Amino acid sequence: MNTALVIGASFGYLALLFGIAWWAERRGQNKRSLVANPWTYALSLAVYCTAWTYYGSVGRAAVSGIEFAAIYIGPTLLAPLWYIVLRKLIRISKMQRISSIADLVSARYGRSSWLGALVTVFCIVGIIPYISIQLKAVGTSFDLITAGPLAMQATPLLTDTTFYLTLGLAAFIILFGTRTLDATERHEGLVTAIAFESVVKLVAFLAVGLFVTYGLFNGFGDLFGRAAEVPELEQLFTLSDEGGPVSWSALILLSMMAFLLLPRQFQVAVVENLNERHTQKAMWIFPLYLLLINLFVLPIAFAGKLLLDGSVDADTYVLSLPLANGANGLALFTYLGGFSAATGMIIVATIALSTMLSNNLLMPMLLSLPAYKERGVQPKGGLLLAVRRAGIVLILLLAYIYFRTVSSSAPLVSVGLVSFAAVAQFAPAVFGGIYWKRANRQGAVIGIVLGFVVWTYTLVVPGLIRSGALSPELAEYGLFGIEALKPQLLFGDLGLDPLTHSVFWSLLLNGAGFVLGSLSFVQSSKERNQAEVFVDVFKYAKAYESSIVWKGTAQTSELRRLLANFVEPARADRALQQFAKRNNIDLASESADPRLVTYVERVLSGIIGAASARIMVSNVVKEEEIQLEEVFDILRGSQQLMALNKELRRKSEELDALTQELRRVNQDLLKSDELKDEFLYTVTHELRTPLTSIRALSEILHDTPDIDEGQRQQFLATMVRETERLTRLIEQVLDLEKLESGKQKLNEGSVLLPALIDEAVDSVGQLLRDKGISIQVDAQRNMRPILGDADRIEQVLINLLSNAVKFCPEQGGHITVSCYYVDNEVKVHVTDNGPGVEPASRKLIFDKFFQARQHHQRRNTSGSGLGLAICRNIVVLHGGRIWVESNTDQGARFSFTLPAISPTDNTSNA
Amino acid sequence: MNKVLIVDDDPSILMSIEFLVKKAGHQAFIARSGEEALVIYERESPRVVLLDIMMPGMDGYDVCERIRAFDRTPRPYIVFLSAKNRELDIKKGFTVGGDLYVTKPFSTRQLVDTINKAIQQP
Repeated sequence: MNTALVIGASFGYLALLFGIAWWAERRGQNKRSLVANPWTYALSLAVYCTAWTYYGSVGRAAVSGIEFAAIYIGPTLLAPLWYIVLRKLIRISKMQRISSIADLVSARYGRSSWLGALVTVFCIVGIIPYISIQLKAVGTSFDLITAGPLAMQATPLLTDTTFYLTLGLAAFIILFGTRTLDATERHEGLVTAIAFESVVKLVAFLAVGLFVTYGLFNGFGDLFGRAAEVPELEQLFTLSDEGGPVSWSALILLSMMAFLLLPRQFQVAVVENLNERHTQKAMWIFPLYLLLINLFVLPIAFAGKLLLDGSVDADTYVLSLPLANGANGLALFTYLGGFSAATGMIIVATIALSTMLSNNLLMPMLLSLPAYKERGVQPKGGLLLAVRRAGIVLILLLAYIYFRTVSSSAPLVSVGLVSFAAVAQFAPAVFGGIYWKRANRQGAVIGIVLGFVVWTYTLVVPGLIRSGALSPELAEYGLFGIEALKPQLLFGDLGLDPLTHSVFWSLLLNGAGFVLGSLSFVQSSKERNQAEVFVDVFKYAKAYESSIVWKGTAQTSELRRLLANFVEPARADRALQQFAKRNNIDLASESADPRLVTYVERVLSGIIGAASARIMVSNVVKEEEIQLEEVFDILRGSQQLMALNKELRRKSEELDALTQELRRVNQDLLKSDELKDEFLYTVTHELRTPLTSIRALSEILHDTPDIDEGQRQQFLATMVRETERLTRLIEQVLDLEKLESGKQKLNEGSVLLPALIDEAVDSVGQLLRDKGISIQVDAQRNMRPILGDADRIEQVLINLLSNAVKFCPEQGGHITVSCYYVDNEVKVHVTDNGPGVEPASRKLIFDKFFQARQHHQRRNTSGSGLGLAICRNIVVLHGGRIWVESNTDQGARFSFTLPAISPTDNTSNA
Repeated sequence: MNKVLIVDDDPSILMSIEFLVKKAGHQAFIARSGEEALVIYERESPRVVLLDIMMPGMDGYDVCERIRAFDRTPRPYIVFLSAKNRELDIKKGFTVGGDLYVTKPFSTRQLVDTINKAIQQP
């Protein structure tokens, strides 16, 4: 394929990563973080799958069959334990502002600076080859796809694409990995880019898998069937006999440890973690990811064996298969997938290593220089940044040099496993440190040193012998000619493969050294304090900040100056003030509050590492030893205080809630009082109107004995009518009051609605005839009876009918009553052809005295303004609804529903 | 003959007051709404206006204000006749220019006295 195209695609892809990272940082600043979700977190964990997974799994599967799967089974088996182990690591790291695995070990064992340095050195030694094989994978795949010379060593430096790629990655990491000094601050852009890379490599690998399985073969059955016919391939289906299960178990165990302890995994899983709860979702997303990316490993391996020439390196099958079949587009995509797998690992591993390098190795060294130690000079943040950036370039260059000189001949997987075995040496110190309080510094140092000596001797030395750097006699006869000191068969032949052999002895000696060392030495009080806090982190996480686990004297101004070296002064001030406010500390006092000292040290830890922070703080503080008992008292005290505070807060919240409730009830009462007043006022007002006529007319009749007979009759008739109106009003007010107060119970029985409608129509018969209104009743005659109060329902019907009559036009008035079942209800409509109801009034019309308050409508002498309110109360008591629909000018349709409960359902009332 | 305008939306009340006014020897005009009242007022310039407050459409207070706005001489005597008996309602009656506020139900003799006195005023 065209070299320029591939180079363009590679750097274009890198540019895309820059773009994504930049965009994600921008979003993060605008509070729309992409990182704040469990998917991004789970995908970033998939940085575990490197070029080794991408190319090497197939390579290993082609040689040893399903053995390749072990390193994915390990993390998968571990996933359910994340909730316990990973969450604890995250909690500890957040609380102590831990920025790397070296920092963790250093912080746990009394902030020992040289233990941190030890871990850093071992990490760098163990991981550089691992980074270099990523470069190798990129280089090999590049040569393969461009059909360039496979002997990379021959390429001059300045024309080597891998070299420029290394520089590009360095720029990317410096740009997005060292934006802030605080190494515990999250790199949103970087993490988003890594998550994106995880998607790319997965999609690319699946694409190749599908191409091979369904494009070159007819699915899995065909592929496996044909592989099974070849004896050499058939054995790949099962574990080999020679130490197979043991090797497998060792690999699974190794990958479990590596998953948590590899610097890059610690970086994404712990340091970059935004929310502990994300681990819960990642617990199934990540294993699913592993399953998907391994789905096609065996098919591709078999296909490679079946279809490709025996001379083709199995590590390149993924790329060779599409290339050999002319699928150039797919090949380029595949290449980019591998490219993303490699770059993802390089980026995160480099960040993690450079942080360790600067915070746990170079800074402590620098701080112990006489210039800093004796003359009290304090290094500035700029220096730290420069150190960290130089570290990034240094690490990448070392990896590149290693790639050019050593790793180009080693297979991908074995180098990776050697790195796994290296970081596994931290397992006793780390896991022991967070679960065993007695674990101490001496034990950790002894264990780690022993482990690394064995690791170096059994896994690195043989490599050096192979490359000719050491004499082969060593391998043949052992060190000093002692048989038991043969590098690959140290302490005798156990019938294990070299890796398992090495892991067994290194971890055994490491663990034993760790335990015995811890048991035989006494912890310093400082270390004891840290042990307490680490092991019981969930107990102390909250008490920690406000606790004084420290005694001594310091000056506030000195602390401020110290912090300002690494944090922008304004920000430093703000942080101090916030902390002081949270914990009621007086910043103006010259002698610093002990909590402030602890806080400053913790902030500095996040920036320059626990050990360096310890050194710097101890320069300005006169410290006294503090006894464990005191620590306990302090922690217990603040826990009790917190519990008390919490209780108080709860009480006060309850009181608040109660007060609110009282206020609300009071307001309700006031409101209902007001409503009642308003109602009474309206009632008396309504009563006064007929009373006025009655009184006036009776006085007239009394004072005018000579009134003419016709007039007298008219006045008397009016008085009778007004008296009736008065009576009706009083009855309705009382009726409504009974209904509303709940005093009126329904007298339930069997109700036949069609019959009730007939009765109601009869009752208003005279009114209908008087106004010449025609009426039509549509009701199913054989309707089932329902449960209800017949008198009350009839009252509603009569009310609605009288209303309809009232609003019908003088000429051609027409009323329709219909009644039918809908679902579980009976629906009744009463429709007139009067003027209709304005939209604004359709709801209010059912309020009591609506008519009286409504000035637009002509007062109707026969209405009390309570009829519809009573109807609503009756219908609601039955569990139904009432409403009006109207097209102004086309009449109104009053409807109500009643639940269709069969009277037999309620036999007690039937 | 002195003109008296009676404004109320209740026919029975209108009927009784009309009788009283006529019996007292005045000329009675009847309006069933505020709007109607203004039309009649403009045409007849009655000496006395008996004004209900709660009516559909324009209420008594509005009618009173409008009548005052005509600013005719002699100044008409406006009596509110209302079932609204709260202090607030009464105060408002005077604010909008009423001369007297009588609550319903009222004494017919007192009402006639009031009308007669009002007419005799300069």
